[in-house]
Amino acid sequence: MATQHSRSAARLMMAPAVILLLGWMLVPLTMTLYFSFKKFLPLRGDSLGNGLEWVGLENYSRFVGSSSFWPSVQATLIIVGSVLVITVVLGTLLALLLDQPMWGQGIVRILVITPFFVMPTVSGLVWKNMFMDPINGILAHLFKFFGAQPLEWLSQASMQSIIMIVSWQWLPFATLILLTAIQSLDSEQLEASEMDGAPVLKRFWHIILPHMSRAITVVILIQTIFLLSIFAEIFVTTAGAFGTKTLTYLIFQRVLESQNVGLGSAGGVYAIILANIVAIFLMRIVGKNLDR
Amino acid sequence: MGQIVLNKVQKKFGDVEVIPPLDLTIADGEFAVFVGPSGCGKSTLLRLIAGLEDVTSGSIQIDGKEASDAPPAKRGLAMVFQSYALYPHMSVRKNIAFPLRMAKMDKAEIDKRVTSAASVLNLTDYLDRRPGQLSGGQRQRVAIGRAIVREPSAFLFDEPLSNLDAALRVGMRLEISELHKRLDTTMVYVTHDQVEAMTMADKIVVLQAGVIEQVGSPLELYHTPRNVFVAGFIGSPKMNLIEGALAEQHNAKTIGIRPEHVQVATTQSDGALQGTVGVAEHLGSDTFIHIHGVAGCDPMTVRAAGDVTVRHGDTVYLTPDATQIHRFDNDGIRIP
Amino acid sequence: MARAVTNTRKTVNTVIAWSIGLLIFFPILWTILTSFKTEAQAINDPPLFLFFDWTLENYAAVQERSNYMRFLWNSIIIAGGSTLLGVIIAVPAAWSMAFVPSKRTKDILLWMLSTKMLPAVGVLYPIYLIFIQLGLLDTRVGLVVVLMLINMPIIVWMLYTYFREIPVEILEASRMDGASLRDEILYVLAPMALPGIASTVLLNFILAWNEAFWTLNLTAAKAAPLTAFIASYSSPEGLFFAKLSAASTMAIAPILLLGWFSQKQLVRGLTFGAVK
Repeated sequence: MATQHSRSAARLMMAPAVILLLGWMLVPLTMTLYFSFKKFLPLRGDSLGNGLEWVGLENYSRFVGSSSFWPSVQATLIIVGSVLVITVVLGTLLALLLDQPMWGQGIVRILVITPFFVMPTVSGLVWKNMFMDPINGILAHLFKFFGAQPLEWLSQASMQSIIMIVSWQWLPFATLILLTAIQSLDSEQLEASEMDGAPVLKRFWHIILPHMSRAITVVILIQTIFLLSIFAEIFVTTAGAFGTKTLTYLIFQRVLESQNVGLGSAGGVYAIILANIVAIFLMRIVGKNLDR
Repeated sequence: MGQIVLNKVQKKFGDVEVIPPLDLTIADGEFAVFVGPSGCGKSTLLRLIAGLEDVTSGSIQIDGKEASDAPPAKRGLAMVFQSYALYPHMSVRKNIAFPLRMAKMDKAEIDKRVTSAASVLNLTDYLDRRPGQLSGGQRQRVAIGRAIVREPSAFLFDEPLSNLDAALRVGMRLEISELHKRLDTTMVYVTHDQVEAMTMADKIVVLQAGVIEQVGSPLELYHTPRNVFVAGFIGSPKMNLIEGALAEQHNAKTIGIRPEHVQVATTQSDGALQGTVGVAEHLGSDTFIHIHGVAGCDPMTVRAAGDVTVRHGDTVYLTPDATQIHRFDNDGIRIP
Repeated sequence: MARAVTNTRKTVNTVIAWSIGLLIFFPILWTILTSFKTEAQAINDPPLFLFFDWTLENYAAVQERSNYMRFLWNSIIIAGGSTLLGVIIAVPAAWSMAFVPSKRTKDILLWMLSTKMLPAVGVLYPIYLIFIQLGLLDTRVGLVVVLMLINMPIIVWMLYTYFREIPVEILEASRMDGASLRDEILYVLAPMALPGIASTVLLNFILAWNEAFWTLNLTAAKAAPLTAFIASYSSPEGLFFAKLSAASTMAIAPILLLGWFSQKQLVRGLTFGAVK
């Protein structure tokens, strides 16, 4: 429903954003793909100028063959999955609570939202030192107070610690989106179900939860995008040690620490494939929800 | 000045032809009303004239100038939308001034025009309010104000009254008619309400499925509907359309008789049709009686002047005025 | 729901909600408190809450070690610049998608969002090489461009959802009134979508402010923003809790204040316009 004028204007006005993103996607992607078939060790004098040696699929097989590969995929999926479950479940409960009448709701909302503003490097460092330090951390004090042996969080329970830190960062996001969804629920619908004599739990299951499904989808989509690439939290806490090496981190180490660009690029291609599998799955859901 | 000529105008959305090639001329200063059931293409036709949609083929001339490819702003037309489409973030004054501001008119002239439009439309006291603070009728007047300050060569109205309540609608109808008489500018008005069409139009264009069924003055349409569709669409209550034996007596497939052209009596007389009263609607000035049992037309509606006392189940006798019978052939076309 | 709620129930809700709220907020509160302690008090056992000798010496020490203002300025330029540039490019695109939709609009939107899923680490080295070639490494311009690109899908998406709430008829009215496309966007669409645009700007400013992959990997000294400023505290040297807290507080304070004051707008923005 538009004229030729507005349609051509629309194409013109969409062009900058589309072209920029297309370039941003295609140029580095092509380069990564190219490097992944090459031996490329900048520290040993390899450079684009001198020409790179073609090594076929060697980088790919070496990357998968490395003992760190599968654990890193596993670590990635465990972190993303756990954080999603924790934030969605706790977020739903918290949202239900915040929807109840209370004094100082605005202030509680501010308290809850605040972790979202904290940059990942800061939250990583604060948790690592002031909370999880086995001698001087708050959690150590707390354990000692109850007569327990303080835990060396980041080495003994490294995954749990990372998951805890990341969940703390993302819980506000989940809570607020879910709260918005709950608040938009037509109260007449709830009242009608109350009139019908539905008990609280049934009401939650059959009315509130379906109403929130779209919001939950959004939470999962957005969080997955960000969680797949978490970096700083690991960078400043365990630096990938103690089984917390995610795929992102493994590639980072290959490229920047051991300066093996070819190998790292092959890893990058794997990461892109993993992300795409997740993306296709998510886009299906979101695409469906967009129509509504 | 404001002559609008449509020449073989056709509109397709994708493969769907919503308006088959169509010719129409709206004379300068004329009040033309496009009327038809919803989905008949009347709004699309208006949007084509406005330039908010492209014609697929054919041409539109405004003021004798080819306008088919001109953007809306260059056509010299002003439009009043169904939802009023006021700018919610601007005061009434700014809303009315907006087209002038866009035309880069100087400040003093803008003020002068806005003030005069506001006084014409009784909006002077509301100039500094936001549209959100106005009633439906007032918003409608602001939308009209925004249209008249531009002194366009023609006004386009897209169902402007359908969001108002019944009482307000009658009032606004009069105001728009008065405005037309005073400005003497071409107006094209789209409505699905045939009463609006009859009361306001100089020329009515009856549309169905994108096709013009008839063009004419309100009384032409009333007295000589070109086909069964127009006959049934124009007039309230609707014309009684009778098929079967009764129609054959008049050598027609269908005959039509308006409710006001049927005499109703409680006593039998020669050649009268017999029926039973279903519902009688008493309006005080008139009585609409819906009658069952007349062959080929059920229910048959009769309009009797004044207050007629008949009850549900009463037997009545109907005599159509023979001079007012409309006859239609097998294709539904009027037989002269 | 206009129904009386018993005070007992309200009290119980209040107590539970406040406890959880404070628990979630505690790490930040504790960081802020610790930043005012001496290093010895910071690791005191049992922990000291309010009764300690308040001091500003840590802030002075942090400022002496690294020039806070330079990092702050870099953060502001990078986050602000990328957001502003992103919005300027995204508004026309979102206008097109919202008001002149075609069959491909949805696909383009989803494609844009999917570029966001591209793992940054997968393209780190190419970007690194390109940056060296173009002399963008460790420059604010380089980071503005990169952060603009990574946030663009979200900006377009959010603006699109906000724009869709605006009736097309109003834009058509402005076209009839003689507004050019520029006028239409500037005088009609933008003011009407202002709350949505504000939410978008706020959220993306925060996302850019906190972005830590590209800012850590593409800067060294000159263009390093606060994410890098704080990362330099990741290797501990002796007792440093109080100084770490001071540095952390300095890094998050600006965005915390911004977030608190614009909380209403932000919550709207946080939902990415996808949840009403």
